[in-house]
Amino acid sequence: MRLWLPAASSMSHEVDYLLIALTLIAGAVLALVFGLMLLFVFKYRAGSKVDRGALAKKTWRLESAWTAATLLVFFALFIWGANLYLRLSQPPADALTVYIVAKQWMWKAEHVGGQREINAVHVPVGRPVQLVMTSEDVIHDFAVPAFRVKHDVLPGRYDVLWFRADRPGTYDLFCTRFCGTDHAHMTGKIVVMEGPQYQQWLEQNGTSGTLVADGKVLFMRYGCNGCHGGHGTVRAPSLNGVYGSPVPLSDGTTVIADDRYLRDSILMPRSQVVASFAPVMPSFAGQISEEDLIKLIAYIKSLAPENHS
Amino acid sequence: MSTTVVEAAELEKSYLVDKSTVASWLLTTDHKRIAILYLGSITFFFFIGGIAAAAVRLNLLVPEGLIPSAETYNRLFTTHGVIMVWFFLVPAVPVSLGNFVVPLMLGARDLAFPKLNLISWYLFIIGGIIELYALFIGGVDTGWTFYPPMSTSFNQSHVVLAVIGVFVSGFSSIATGLNFIVTIHRLRAPGMTWYKMPIFLWSLYSTSVILVLATPVLAITLLLLGFERIFRIGVFDPAIGGDPILFQHMFWFYSHPAVYIMILPGFGVISEIIPVFCRRRLFGYKFVAWCSVSIAVISFFVWGHHMFVSGQSLYASVVFSLLSYAVAVPSAIKVFNWIGTMHKGFIRFDAPMLYALGFVGLFTIGGLTGLFVAALAADVHLTQTYFVVAHFHYVMVGGMVTAFFGGLHYWWPKITGRMYPEMWGRAAALIIFIGFNVTFAPQFLLGYLGMPRRYHSYPPDFQVLNVLSSAGATILAAGYLLPLGYLTWSLFRGERAPANPWGATGLEWQTPSPPPAKNFATTPVVTEPPYTFPPPELVQNRV
Repeated sequence: MRLWLPAASSMSHEVDYLLIALTLIAGAVLALVFGLMLLFVFKYRAGSKVDRGALAKKTWRLESAWTAATLLVFFALFIWGANLYLRLSQPPADALTVYIVAKQWMWKAEHVGGQREINAVHVPVGRPVQLVMTSEDVIHDFAVPAFRVKHDVLPGRYDVLWFRADRPGTYDLFCTRFCGTDHAHMTGKIVVMEGPQYQQWLEQNGTSGTLVADGKVLFMRYGCNGCHGGHGTVRAPSLNGVYGSPVPLSDGTTVIADDRYLRDSILMPRSQVVASFAPVMPSFAGQISEEDLIKLIAYIKSLAPENHS
Repeated sequence: MSTTVVEAAELEKSYLVDKSTVASWLLTTDHKRIAILYLGSITFFFFIGGIAAAAVRLNLLVPEGLIPSAETYNRLFTTHGVIMVWFFLVPAVPVSLGNFVVPLMLGARDLAFPKLNLISWYLFIIGGIIELYALFIGGVDTGWTFYPPMSTSFNQSHVVLAVIGVFVSGFSSIATGLNFIVTIHRLRAPGMTWYKMPIFLWSLYSTSVILVLATPVLAITLLLLGFERIFRIGVFDPAIGGDPILFQHMFWFYSHPAVYIMILPGFGVISEIIPVFCRRRLFGYKFVAWCSVSIAVISFFVWGHHMFVSGQSLYASVVFSLLSYAVAVPSAIKVFNWIGTMHKGFIRFDAPMLYALGFVGLFTIGGLTGLFVAALAADVHLTQTYFVVAHFHYVMVGGMVTAFFGGLHYWWPKITGRMYPEMWGRAAALIIFIGFNVTFAPQFLLGYLGMPRRYHSYPPDFQVLNVLSSAGATILAAGYLLPLGYLTWSLFRGERAPANPWGATGLEWQTPSPPPAKNFATTPVVTEPPYTFPPPELVQNRV
């Protein structure tokens, strides 16, 4: 039996402090409520002859006092929780990316170097890791209690979760969004390793190609280079250096080209058309598997900005 | 109130024996008889849902799960959720206790639309039969939340039938809500101004507003879900062009206010019981009354707190967190006011009061743990774990079901004309309180440790707390079976109840127990505000 939970990420302690504060406040209020209730129940029981004094009094003073106190405490808790949540939701720029594809009832992880694993994710200690996650079927949820992180994994889009593991070890991974018959078996392990061991693991599990190399092959196979390669007859926006940069759209708005934008542009090309280009790209929805999409996007991300010499 | 009114009414036959054919019950438009029909129906569903809960707790005794099939387990907890939410908790207090006492408290002869009241019971029964049929032919394994695309594109169970059952019973909710709103506006006795109404009526009025405004959204959501499943119209499944988050927004737009549909009537019951058994006016009457209304209003703007990890916008989450804290303020105020009412009271410990004390304790724990899950970063860790399961059971079962039992004991003499056995009533209240805490307190810890909800099997580390919880559930089950036994016994052997066994002030106590078919021989006139304690015979006890 275990009655404590390891705190293994940079956020674990901060979340625990918030939980401890909440527990103390809840404990104090509970003690007050139960204390007063027991006191009154004993002191003012029907048989007791204690002096009850005068009857009706004005109540608005007391009412406004406890309303104000409640509001104040609640507002402080809100600020604390929201601040931490916003930091918990924004991955640092230097985070290492690992791609997660969920399906009934397993977790598939793909590393940038092409390493693939099932129901396990190996990560280095002390380095921010961002998971770019999607699902092939229903909604799942990637939860690592030891890191105090959790996020739904939806089909048809990318969701991002990040953490920085601070203690080497092996931690539970649970699917926490009910996803069908074997939901309870959709579990796995997060293996946090020291730098050298992590490098060793990467090398031992390396495959023929990295995500980028595989993506380049797919870029040819799906004919992307026909238009986006710069030599075709169809005018299409260049993809060199597009990742992370602002893209002006035909409706006048601008988006930052992140994983989600690249994905949507492949599957739903007409939803966000780049300014001054005709909406001629066909949709690849249903033709590319989630794993191939990840490789394609990895390749597009690797394309260096053009030289305007 | 003059005593001549009471005597005149006693000449009439009670509503129970007024007519005695089966048709006189099944076609009755008497709100009291419909309340009895409803009371029987929801008790039946409570035990169906309870059996499913018992099976769930039994399964979790061992890490690998006692029930061999995960699918069976999934169907069991879905059954528990669907039946308990829509066929017990949502209707429970309004349709049984509410139906019975609302016209009596108002000094009216019936609800504004007696036939609509009967229709609402039939809709409830039709919905219930469809739901039971869906269960009987195999059940549903989506969880009571029916999240797509699992429920629409990846599920072989009887989702459509289950959804139709809920859809139909929703109209019964709307009819009841509408009936209460019109009744409270139009049928108050002469002299009964809004501020002379008992708090139970304020609570039911607020509940009714939510029922009427939120239930149609549920109907639309379930309809779209059915369309997507049957006709493959892409609304929620991204594979056919839908958005699964849209479903969550629509579902919780109903289902969060629904939490207040369940708990507000409980607040009302407790606000009736505490003043009577403390012989004190309700502390801060106007605050308590307006707290009900403000909860009803704010409850419509907090649904997004169910979606902090679902992928909705970060800023939406921040706003929903703030509003969730806002909706907790009026609930906190109510707790303080109930305790204020006990101050300098003459407190008696009859069973209804024991239930009320239990309610205040358990609801406070439920409310305080709500602060944990309203804090964004804390919710990320706790949501979808047993912490949340414990939190909402403290509110729904520790709070609402305890209040229902309190109200049932409190109005039992009025409803049946018989007293329940007092010692048994007190024993059951105590057993339920203990059993409840042993069942659900360990789940807070389980949730913090990370045990996900809706798991058929779990890591062995979690076993001790699960066994403790299942042991508690056994005590709780015994506590719930006791009233079924002694209340049934009291129907035949209970002591005859006087008109006003508790020395209460409401109009429902100014007519005989059980009341005559037409409630009052002459329409009462209200001159006093509610809860005008202490009555003279107690004043002389004071030093």
